[in-house]
Amino acid sequence: MSQSYDRGLVEDFGRWRDFSAGMWAWVFHKFTGWVLIGYLFTHIAVLSTAIPAAGGDPSIYTNTLQGLEDLLVVRFLEVGLLAVAVFHILNGIRLLFVDLGVGLTAQDKSFYASLVLTGAIVVASIPTFLVGQL
Amino acid sequence: MAEHYSSFSRHGTGWLLQRLTAVFLIGVLAFHFMLLHFVNHAADVTFMGTQMRMQQLGYFVTMIAFLVTATFHGVNGVYNALVNQGLAGTQRTVVKWSLVAASVALVLQGIRVAFAMTGSPIL
Repeated sequence: MSQSYDRGLVEDFGRWRDFSAGMWAWVFHKFTGWVLIGYLFTHIAVLSTAIPAAGGDPSIYTNTLQGLEDLLVVRFLEVGLLAVAVFHILNGIRLLFVDLGVGLTAQDKSFYASLVLTGAIVVASIPTFLVGQL
Repeated sequence: MAEHYSSFSRHGTGWLLQRLTAVFLIGVLAFHFMLLHFVNHAADVTFMGTQMRMQQLGYFVTMIAFLVTATFHGVNGVYNALVNQGLAGTQRTVVKWSLVAASVALVLQGIRVAFAMTGSPIL
């Protein structure tokens, strides 16, 4: 049988010092979600250069993508995007288990594990993302 | 503290679809990142390379499914976040249909892009 749990108002960010692990997980999941949906719209806008490319000028697509990749700031933003995506995926898996009622007593530990694993994957990926730029 | 907490069966279709699309996206987003950053480096992407990938039916269908599920999951997530913040009444209705319109536009443009990437543009 389910039972409600008074977590207080998470939406009141002014009380962030009182946030527990689960509430930080909620905040980070929302933040990373906003970034990812914003990126999806931007991504389709950039990839839309495929339309004139298919019309006879393939260089417009290739030059746009390679031109962006030539910018160091874009490479760093991609590392940020990877961090955001990896955390959202790992915490999303954690949330699916929480929804199924699995591992509830370790939900705070699984949040910390998501953070540590995200950090490790991102650090290990930095050379691949910045190759040719530094 | 509750011995067992489950939010299953207490919510509607949107709640379930958000979870089902999440399961699909976990795999496909990870695959997308791996393929286009680690197997094929993003800096080496060319229209010809994209065309070769998109001309494979399985890859093409996967990318369309990726587009549709990611759009639903992301936009529905934004809507849920706004409702959590207290969005209600007329504002909620306006925001809801604006998000639906943005989603439809994104999916349609994404499908145009996908066909263009095969080398056979539509519209």
